[in-house]
Amino acid sequence: MSFRTYFDVPDADRSGLGNQIAEQRRRVAQRLASVRRVVLVMSGKGGVGKSFLTAALARAMAGRMRGGVGVLDADLRSPTVARLLGANGPLTVTDDGVQPAVGVDGIKVMSTEFLLGEGRPLEWRGPAQERFVSRGSLEVGTLREFLSDVLWGELDMLFIDLPPGADGAVELGGLIPNLTGALAVTIPSEESRASVSRTMRAAREGGIRLLGVIENMSGYRCDGCDTARPLFSGNAGAELAGEFRVDLLGRVPFSPSGDLGAPNLGDAVLKALA
Amino acid sequence: MKFLCITCDEAMVFSERQEPGDGTFAAGFTCPKCGHAIALLANPMETQLVGALGVKIGGRELDQAPMEFVRSKMLGQDGAFAEEPPSTDSGQRTADSALAAKPRWSPEATARLDRVPNFVRGMVKKIYTEYAAERRIAEITPEVMDRARSELGLEGM
Repeated sequence: MSFRTYFDVPDADRSGLGNQIAEQRRRVAQRLASVRRVVLVMSGKGGVGKSFLTAALARAMAGRMRGGVGVLDADLRSPTVARLLGANGPLTVTDDGVQPAVGVDGIKVMSTEFLLGEGRPLEWRGPAQERFVSRGSLEVGTLREFLSDVLWGELDMLFIDLPPGADGAVELGGLIPNLTGALAVTIPSEESRASVSRTMRAAREGGIRLLGVIENMSGYRCDGCDTARPLFSGNAGAELAGEFRVDLLGRVPFSPSGDLGAPNLGDAVLKALA
Repeated sequence: MKFLCITCDEAMVFSERQEPGDGTFAAGFTCPKCGHAIALLANPMETQLVGALGVKIGGRELDQAPMEFVRSKMLGQDGAFAEEPPSTDSGQRTADSALAAKPRWSPEATARLDRVPNFVRGMVKKIYTEYAAERRIAEITPEVMDRARSELGLEGM
């Protein structure tokens, strides 16, 4: 039996799935047109304090930029940025989109923190069987709407706090037409260096500009004698900066108090953006 | 996606979409020449795969509501979203005329809407209301909701 195939049949494809996907991307581009800079904060490894630094950077920038700063928490399964910035729901829905929550220093925040029940994991409707097959698409769809359907308004800077992993930056970067670049966060250890190196390489090969490296938990300051002592062996920040020929934007010591103040980072990041 | 009636060598025409609420999806297609009708039946996993892309088989009928994907796919907490109260018209339309243009909700439909999780209720109400208003349906009943759910592909709403 022979019959015509897709391109042989000239009739319109009413579902137009390709057009629907294109429309989704157009909505993202339209919403982000009023955002001057979109910066990814990434790391290959979990537990390096990436969300903590994202919050610190947002605060540092909010003090330097009059046009407004936003943070999108792309770590959908383990959201933490909203709490660090003191942002709370509920989110107000308007005809045009969803108002982001507003945290300290007027920072606009969007996160699954506002959507999930207290202590509940990220869960999806429908049958749980074989959920892993569609989970990636569900998460990308959620991030797409966090970009396109949140009323970000005019912003000087939107930080996107990525979950650990090497491929998130490239996947999300492909959705953002005006992506400025990515900041990599590491701790000093060799394990972190190897992991973050993979992420930075994936980002660069995906066409994302690397803005620099920030080394977190670079030792701690002894309260008694006021000397700085190492927390980890290794020199990952400088090594990654050298490997990828970008600046080491700062070394941030461990802060037992969780103090978000990192004013010098703000200057370094602004320099990297210049 | 296209369907071809091999006998007539004609592209079949999309006729209707059904989401019976059991996680599956059905789409009907008819040959415009011989009238032969077929149904595409997708199992829950296939339905979920297509739904996870945020697209509608057969095309989109209404404009996308804010955070429609998130609200219809994610299991979120009640009270996560607060619907903005309708703005008061300052133009020529009076409050009465604005209300007159909106379809009524029958008590049965209201009771059914109340069973929709709070996380999505506001959005679902808006979608049904727009569906009825566009078709000049004066009253939203459970039957209208069933029809809208089928036509618009509102799984579980």
